[in-house]
Amino acid sequence: MLLEPISHGLRRIGRGTLATITRLGFTTRFFLAVLAHSGGALRRFNLTLREIYFSGVLSLVIILVSGLFVGMVLALQGYEVLNRYGADESLGIMVALSLVRELGPVVSGLLFASRAGSAMTAEIGLMKTTEQLSAMEMMAVDPLARVVAPRFWGGIISMPLLSALFATLGVFGAYLVGVKLIGIDAGAFWGNMQAAVDFRVDVVNGFIKSAVFALAISLIAVFEGYNAQPTAEGVSTATTRTVVASSLTILALDFVLTVFMFRGIGSR
Amino acid sequence: MPDTYNAVVPTCPTEIAVSLRGVVFGYDRRRPVLKGVDMDIPRGKVVAIMGGSGCGKTTILRLVGGQLRPQAGHVVVAGREVPKLTRDELFALRRRIGMLFQFGALFTDMSVFENVAFPLRENTDVPEELIRDLVLMKLNAVGLRGTARLRPSELSGGMARRVALARAIALDPMLMMYDEPFAGLDPISLGVVGQLIRKLNDALGITSVVVTHDIYESLKIVDYIYFISDGKVIAQGTPEEVRVSSDAYVRQFVDGAPDGPVPFHYPASGLAEDFVRVA
Repeated sequence: MLLEPISHGLRRIGRGTLATITRLGFTTRFFLAVLAHSGGALRRFNLTLREIYFSGVLSLVIILVSGLFVGMVLALQGYEVLNRYGADESLGIMVALSLVRELGPVVSGLLFASRAGSAMTAEIGLMKTTEQLSAMEMMAVDPLARVVAPRFWGGIISMPLLSALFATLGVFGAYLVGVKLIGIDAGAFWGNMQAAVDFRVDVVNGFIKSAVFALAISLIAVFEGYNAQPTAEGVSTATTRTVVASSLTILALDFVLTVFMFRGIGSR
Repeated sequence: MPDTYNAVVPTCPTEIAVSLRGVVFGYDRRRPVLKGVDMDIPRGKVVAIMGGSGCGKTTILRLVGGQLRPQAGHVVVAGREVPKLTRDELFALRRRIGMLFQFGALFTDMSVFENVAFPLRENTDVPEELIRDLVLMKLNAVGLRGTARLRPSELSGGMARRVALARAIALDPMLMMYDEPFAGLDPISLGVVGQLIRKLNDALGITSVVVTHDIYESLKIVDYIYFISDGKVIAQGTPEEVRVSSDAYVRQFVDGAPDGPVPFHYPASGLAEDFVRVA
């Protein structure tokens, strides 16, 4: 009698674990298939260029505006704390390091997943629902090569660039608030920032982070779209899964990457 | 013809474009959709496959096009056993097959012209000037040359179906497959699409398979009809034979009777049992 709920619970955990492992296996196989079909997407670069426009250029507004406001808020809040310790001239360092190492890749990744990742999933899912992918197959054109691979590479190329722009606009926003509004010395703001931000450790690591996030978001987006149930509800579920899975993956990967990249850096 | 095919289906003559022998298929192994379908589609003919919704008509087209693999039996197209083809061989075969999907399946991010040019650009090295001429010729054949610059969203259902037809014949296929080409069309568009299927088949010397449940339009344009029910071919014949058939299923289909071999009610427990039962 007592064992029944326990065994029921164990069965549920087992089923859930198996389902997760199966899905991970499918995703890995799908990733390898996309890589195998990437030759065409890179040879016919105009296909990828078109996707860079849709996922990158069309995401510029939300990324730039968000970057500007995040930088301005960061400067206001940072000044409040730094001023207590008489370190308000370090505002440039704090803002730049926060943006380049963390907020740039993470926030632009979350925005990219919501804006471009969901669009990728919905578009591929709707193409499946309206039999456009089947039609392509019947015309002897592989949808993995013609539809999926260009979108995947378009996302991977555009996301790190968006992340860099986010950080740049953030720094500019902090400059507007810190120097122009609050009145911190411009020379101290830029000079301290230049002295403290290391290109290899901070900028390159931030870029690597955004590239890893780009790979994760693009893979999740095209996988969910390609494997969506061909119904209105199926596409809606797939789009939601893309945003939720991408966001959680970004946050988890950020922690792991931060541990490896910046461990002990503070003591230098 | 491959040895494997000759060994299993030794009587398949060259005038048969598509042959299905003992085809079994199910999306779920416990519930087979097709339970041993035998069918021959002669070259140069327009053949209809008819049956109620969900009886497996579209599944047959997907098996012929190699998008699905049968769990048992043989699917032979132009003398090649489709499930045994390599990926490259299958793609080579598909270049010789045109398929019209139920709602056209036009690429919504491309114009009408680009849609029809798509198979030519993807599968041939034809120069762009020639592609332009070919596309306009194909669009002219379906009476829609004037729509070349429009987007699919600007077309009516019937026009979209005709543009999709122009795209399907872009590579001059030897076999055309139509999946519910009459679904949701007004009477004029329905007549236009029906006549196009017949005329293109005769003018291009191709073979056509039409999956439909529109009995009246089909009787006007096809040479032969297969009826599918419960996963098997249960009746077949020429339009004349179908019109005078005494087979109960064919009669129900031709007369549009709500009850018959295909019951009106989905299987359920007894009426009294459901209504008298106290909650």
